Amino acid sequence: MTKQATAQKSNVAEISAGKPKRIEEHIIEVVSDSGEGAQKCGQTFGTVSGKMGNGVWTVEIIPAEIQPPARSKEGASGVRIRLGHKYVTNMGDEADLVVALNEQVLYNRIENRAFREGTVVLLENKWAEDPQPQIREDYAKAVADFKERGLIIHELPLEKECLKIVKNARKGKNMFVLGMLCRIYSRDTQRALDEIAKAFARKGEAVIKPNHDLFKAGYQYAVDNLEYHYEVLPEKEGVQKPTIVTNGNTAIGLGVLASGMDCLAMYPITPATSASHYLADVFHQTGGFMHQAEDEIAAAAYAVGSSFSGKTAVTITSGPGMALKTEILGLAVMCEVPLVVVNVQRGGPSTGQPTKIEQGDLLSALYSMPGDAPKIIMAPATISECFHFVVTARKLAEAFRTPVIILTDANLATGVQPYDRPEPQAEWLASPIDQSEWDKNVPAYEWDEETGISPRPIPGQKGGEYVLTGLAHTKRSKVAYDSMSNQIGCNMRSRKMAAVAATLQKPKIHGDDEGDILVVSWGSTLGAVEEAVDRMRADGHKVSNVHLRFLHPFEKDLKEIFSKFKKVMTVELNYSDEPDMPLINDSTRRYAQLATILRNQFVMDIDCWSIVQAAPLQPGVICKAVLGRLEKLN
Amino acid sequence: MFGLKADWSLDVQDRYFTIEDYEGAQPRWCTGCGDHGVLTAVQKVCREAQLSPEKIVNVSGIGCSSRLPHYMKTYGFHGLHGRALPFASGIKARRPDLDVWVSTGDGDCFSIGGCHWIHALRYNVDMTVLVFDNAIYGLTKKQTSPTSPPDLKTNTHPTGAFLPAMNPLTITLGVTNVSFVAQVVDWNPLLVYETIKKAHAHRGTSFVRIIQRCPVFVEDVHKEMSSDPSQILLLKHENGIPTNEAVEKIYPNQLVHDPSDWNGAMAIARDTGKVPCGLLYHDPDAPVYDDWSNVGLGMSDEDKLAGVNKALDSFSI
Repeated sequence: MTKQATAQKSNVAEISAGKPKRIEEHIIEVVSDSGEGAQKCGQTFGTVSGKMGNGVWTVEIIPAEIQPPARSKEGASGVRIRLGHKYVTNMGDEADLVVALNEQVLYNRIENRAFREGTVVLLENKWAEDPQPQIREDYAKAVADFKERGLIIHELPLEKECLKIVKNARKGKNMFVLGMLCRIYSRDTQRALDEIAKAFARKGEAVIKPNHDLFKAGYQYAVDNLEYHYEVLPEKEGVQKPTIVTNGNTAIGLGVLASGMDCLAMYPITPATSASHYLADVFHQTGGFMHQAEDEIAAAAYAVGSSFSGKTAVTITSGPGMALKTEILGLAVMCEVPLVVVNVQRGGPSTGQPTKIEQGDLLSALYSMPGDAPKIIMAPATISECFHFVVTARKLAEAFRTPVIILTDANLATGVQPYDRPEPQAEWLASPIDQSEWDKNVPAYEWDEETGISPRPIPGQKGGEYVLTGLAHTKRSKVAYDSMSNQIGCNMRSRKMAAVAATLQKPKIHGDDEGDILVVSWGSTLGAVEEAVDRMRADGHKVSNVHLRFLHPFEKDLKEIFSKFKKVMTVELNYSDEPDMPLINDSTRRYAQLATILRNQFVMDIDCWSIVQAAPLQPGVICKAVLGRLEKLN
Repeated sequence: MFGLKADWSLDVQDRYFTIEDYEGAQPRWCTGCGDHGVLTAVQKVCREAQLSPEKIVNVSGIGCSSRLPHYMKTYGFHGLHGRALPFASGIKARRPDLDVWVSTGDGDCFSIGGCHWIHALRYNVDMTVLVFDNAIYGLTKKQTSPTSPPDLKTNTHPTGAFLPAMNPLTITLGVTNVSFVAQVVDWNPLLVYETIKKAHAHRGTSFVRIIQRCPVFVEDVHKEMSSDPSQILLLKHENGIPTNEAVEKIYPNQLVHDPSDWNGAMAIARDTGKVPCGLLYHDPDAPVYDDWSNVGLGMSDEDKLAGVNKALDSFSI
């Protein structure tokens, strides 16, 4: 069958007469130049769908520049919404339907494997009549190319339709598109109108009215002109229990509020900063203070200083910021200062790809400090976990008198999803600092030999006076000039990690607990990996998944879990050599980061598959990779 | 021992602190090092003000002078090279009740900590910053520092330092929101004491550059200056550092300078012919960062939970 014929077929099949076609799920994208409101359109669509009880995963498509050139591949800005009958855990594979406000931005998505043959594209057609011949030519060329690629193109007069209602279509086309999408997917229009009113509440009726009109016009346009009409019924109608919708960075911010931490020190860096933006807005509601420091080092130092003299503080950053904070974190480990560090990972090395996802900072989190500097490393897998892990991290930091690093990534940072509303508890909040008299006989580091844990004197406690020092020190925090003090200090700090491990549970296995391949994953890839595993299992493959939340120390019984599978492999978003690359053999192959530490820890031949292609993993891509390994196994 | 409080009630304190209450480990600085005298002055100022040792935090970076916290019997934070100021700012962020002191050196503050130096002056956190400037890296054994004079032979510039020495006073005075700038020489104990006392009494970042001798590595750098009092320019004013007749007799070159006069301070700082001693600049009304960083302290758990719930509710669907 030719591409053209495939397109024809799917076109015919999806024409509906009046009654919407019921579907299980769809992936929708809205793409435009930045500033055209595609994100607001998509987020509103997501919220309406969430309120209807549908599964939703929304992910922003963000250009690297603030004002990228118009009509350019690099300038693609927008949003992807995966809308499902059931709960949705990831962004899925290729899109089913795309609305594009110009044709050039679609090339960005094509490059990101966002489309397949048969993906429907609703394309703004004003470029066909642009006064500039070059634009007309580019447009015609691209449309022909898209058709050749098997995309189903519908050229729509979006601009013209909007101009019937507003003078500046650029400032309202998004609501017209929202109307179209709400018709196509049978969304609750009243909810949508309410959301629009809410979004423009501050600007008043004069702004709400034309946006409502645009929405209604878009809706009617779709009724009159588009053959696509679907129904994605929610598993259960409406919101069943208290639910909130946020992205991962906001969830981090909410977690900070709920943890009772009251000092955040930060320096602007993408993609972490929006978490700090959020806290800058609301931190006063829980009595907190956000310090914007002069650099990343100072931000970490300010947080460590604040922790030293009071409650555990937090600093939020991304890869290059982590690199700068290294020496401060080393001091926090050495001096046992509780601290929460959030690293919203982005593409590396160096400045890398600031707005793109990667899981490339695991090894540097573990090993970048001079000497032996063990600390707790956690990785939330969902947006909800971004919230809860901050609360847990604060408690661990204080209980074990240590820094805790939380590794999230750009996918969690900008992904938006409904999740159970946390019910904040008083015991989540940090206790007031102890200012009672300290027993003079108890040294500043009264290490428990079994656990390495020691109580912490806080300035203001009479009798607890000590001088914290980054030099090797005795348990009284005196500069050590002898040979054993350093050994003892290292023993104790390392022992704490074993003590943390003793409190952790065995992770759950997704799938059978024995089989051919066990996929080990961490961080934001959870939803995509589980979905891939489900698909492979449905096809009869003996594949399971275990997803790690603690990367240092590890959760319990991993070796026992691993030993039940013929092959164990990690799937990650960081660099590794594939075995068939030139010059790669057993002694030259470099493994993905989790694989590297698992191989080291468990002395097992753990394989890996990983890519660094600036995009979240798609379930289909994971299936292909794992099935490739499976083929070689049998 | 006791004193009158603002409301005229008699405040009877059950603790009286002596110098010994502020004395930590035996100092390990070299014989003849200027740091000894500064430490003594700090301890005297603490006693004079009857500061509770547990409420004091001595913060430092890395270098000879940064060992000072170990020699005080208070809380201390002997952190990382160059980072004393951001650590100290963080310590003070949520603890207005603590008395924060910083000991740093010319390498620690002006070189590796240069960025923090400038920004700390601008934040104007309430703390007393003492820069022990001996014009050399001592602990790492004689490398050129930013304030090393040109042609000084060091282990990193064996044929002599290339560049003119940095002038920390003009840089400090040039920072927006700077609020207290003083300079003193370590070999006049009374001036050191009075300068540190005045600095400690100021609310905001008090910056004191202490020109300090290192007899082991650069004996010659300060020899002339310390043996010839005419090289010193003593700054006098009723709002400046208090002097007495004995001090005024030693230093023949004197200048009446109003510390609120920034232009005058800059002119004094720029004239490298003489070494000014005294209070160059003082603005008691400069905004203090603590007034922002302390907001929200003491909020009840109930109010915090209400704040979290309000935040969560704004994302409810």
